[in-house]
Amino acid sequence: MDSQLIVSAPPHIKSGETIGKLMGWTFLALLPVVLLDIYLFGGCAIRIISLSMIAAIATETLILRYRHMPITVIDGSAALTGLILALTLPPNVPYWIPLVGGFLAVFFGKQLFGGLGYNIFNPALVGRAMLFVSWPEIMSSSWFAPLRELDAITTATPLAALSQVRAGTLVADLSVVYKPLLFLNRGGCLGEVSALMLILGGLVLIVRKVTDWRISVSFIGTVIFLSFLARTNILLNILGGGLLLGAFFLASDPVTSPITRSGRVVFGIGCGSVVMLIRLYSGYPEGVMFAILFMNAFVSLIDKYTKPRKYGLVKAE
Amino acid sequence: MPAEVIIPLQQHIGAPCNPLVKVEERVLVGQKIGDSDSYVSAPVHSSVSGRVVAIEPRLIHTGDKVLSIVIASDEKQEVAPSHGLSDEEAMDSDKVRAVIRTAGLVGLGGAAFPTHVKLTPPKDKPISDVIINGCECEPYIAGDHRNMLENPEAIVDGLKIILRILGAKKGYIAIETNKIDAIRHINDLISSEENIKVVPLTAKYPQGAEKQLIQAVLCKEVPSGCIPCEVEALVQNVGTTIAISEAIRKGKPLIERVLSIAGDGVREPKNLRVKIGTPASHLIEECGGLKGNPGKIIFGGPMTGFALFDLNTPIVKGTSGIVILPKEMVPVSDPRACIRCGKCVQVCPIYIMPNFIGQYIEVGMIDNAEEASVMDCIECGLCGYVCPAQRPLIQLIRHAKAKITDNRRKGGK
Ligand code: SF4
Ligand code: SF4
Repeated sequence: MDSQLIVSAPPHIKSGETIGKLMGWTFLALLPVVLLDIYLFGGCAIRIISLSMIAAIATETLILRYRHMPITVIDGSAALTGLILALTLPPNVPYWIPLVGGFLAVFFGKQLFGGLGYNIFNPALVGRAMLFVSWPEIMSSSWFAPLRELDAITTATPLAALSQVRAGTLVADLSVVYKPLLFLNRGGCLGEVSALMLILGGLVLIVRKVTDWRISVSFIGTVIFLSFLARTNILLNILGGGLLLGAFFLASDPVTSPITRSGRVVFGIGCGSVVMLIRLYSGYPEGVMFAILFMNAFVSLIDKYTKPRKYGLVKAE
Repeated sequence: MPAEVIIPLQQHIGAPCNPLVKVEERVLVGQKIGDSDSYVSAPVHSSVSGRVVAIEPRLIHTGDKVLSIVIASDEKQEVAPSHGLSDEEAMDSDKVRAVIRTAGLVGLGGAAFPTHVKLTPPKDKPISDVIINGCECEPYIAGDHRNMLENPEAIVDGLKIILRILGAKKGYIAIETNKIDAIRHINDLISSEENIKVVPLTAKYPQGAEKQLIQAVLCKEVPSGCIPCEVEALVQNVGTTIAISEAIRKGKPLIERVLSIAGDGVREPKNLRVKIGTPASHLIEECGGLKGNPGKIIFGGPMTGFALFDLNTPIVKGTSGIVILPKEMVPVSDPRACIRCGKCVQVCPIYIMPNFIGQYIEVGMIDNAEEASVMDCIECGLCGYVCPAQRPLIQLIRHAKAKITDNRRKGGK
């Protein structure tokens, strides 16, 4: 019997947290959005989401096999990349867009850097950015698909509407914009159908400590603060344009965000500032995706300058 | 009562003892059977009366073979004569230290550092605060709680002895707030003492670690690479404090200790007072035997303890508990790349960054690990406990520490 005893180094008990479980919670947190997409767009949504996930999983499997690495797709990280990429796509893109996107995301966004844990940029965003640069007409034309409820404002991202609307004069009308944004929004990309669902999902991740609230809160907080300073509509800035998806699900991706607590706050503030910079000073109404990619590049720098003070660092005389 | 005890000649940090008895010789309870001329060392005593059957290397919990004296008990428990110090003698610091050494006292919290050495701080570093550590060192382990309930007088007495020989000003007894009964008990006892106070602390691992305790009680941090006397503090475990009192008052050597037998792999988990040298298998039997298939038998706690190879491994002075985990509860580890979740950084009690350190060590960048303060790691095991990527952080850290120590010894730095 003694020979069966397991001998290994401590700790002998584990918290039970695994990469697979963290991914599982993220899927769960995104489930409401996905279900709503399927309800709203039916086959379109199912097609985009499943093709993107399949492409991501297949790419990951092939590359891991080619690299002679253990096939770890079971942990769900590739599938999650596929799902998140799909959520950044408009509902009416042709079927090959999610296929190519899933491939680009995993190949260039993740495996080229060495796989999960080594990637610098958020893979889903890398995929989306490459799609956007390669096929700008497809990716942006669909961004201006009319809102069914709001024919007057012909834009998917009501942020563009904001530039048409003179502040103060149309406040009442704008409230018509918030409601769909909050509950059921048919414009924008798949991940923007309901701010409420995103907030719920984001809270699940934060409560389960899958993501760090510091990133999401400082990101959104900075946007609120800067919109206030710039005297633009705060609610629209928060609810519209993929900000919540970005703050809760993309910027907070642990692999591509700083590891220190204070670093995460700095990162969130950085993301929020870049978003507002783009929104206020460029004609481009979006900015969340590029802000996050931009800040991803600074992560190791932020980590370096926000190291926690070590215990007992004060040397005695 | 075990039929046979195995008493390793090195149960402490420092020089091993030489055997003072021969095979076939009869020994009594409390008889000194091993000692060393070395200053940093502590003698060992027989915990039973009986006959020495072997003096040979035996496997101990660390996985090493250590020269041990094996004694077959005759069940008579005849005690070797001993006597403590008179009150007057107990005022003499040197006499007290000598008795503590003769009694073979070492830190019972786990590290097993010889107590008389610890109670002799460098001349230029006076001790002003003495903290008695009543915080359990690890989850599952509860022996100190029992000590505090059963023997509070000895704790207060032992603390007073320590304060006297060190000339220290204040004594603190740190107890976790989930042991409210112990707090009350001891508070009653010290109501008339001006310089002793109970400090209730929230239960939190690794509060029982020396530097963390000093931080919690005195709000001081021990400088990196230094020992607590640098901040004029000294920490003693409650078990050791009781043993000090018993050695001084009654001349009782360290031949038994309180330990917890715990975990889901044992039928009736208990805190027991056991004889040093008792094989683990005997104690497990006393607790109703194993439940299910044992996966791991751990000496010490589940966070930092040693997994055993052999059930007959003897209890030594520093064994704070035996934790038995059934097979199902032993985590299967499937190490992956760090996903930078930051959990290890958030839990590290000394605020270093185990993720980066682990990555440096993996690729052989030992210097970078040293720069990132790997040597300050107290090996509490929390980083490995929380890591969702199942990274073997403690193994990596220990590897680097060994390498760095080696380099330093070779005269590199
Ligand atoms: S074991 Fe890990 S958590 Fe504990 S002190 Fe060392 S590095 Fe920090
Ligand atoms: S807990 Fe593990 S996965 Fe998370 S940052 Fe630390 S080493 Fe990396």
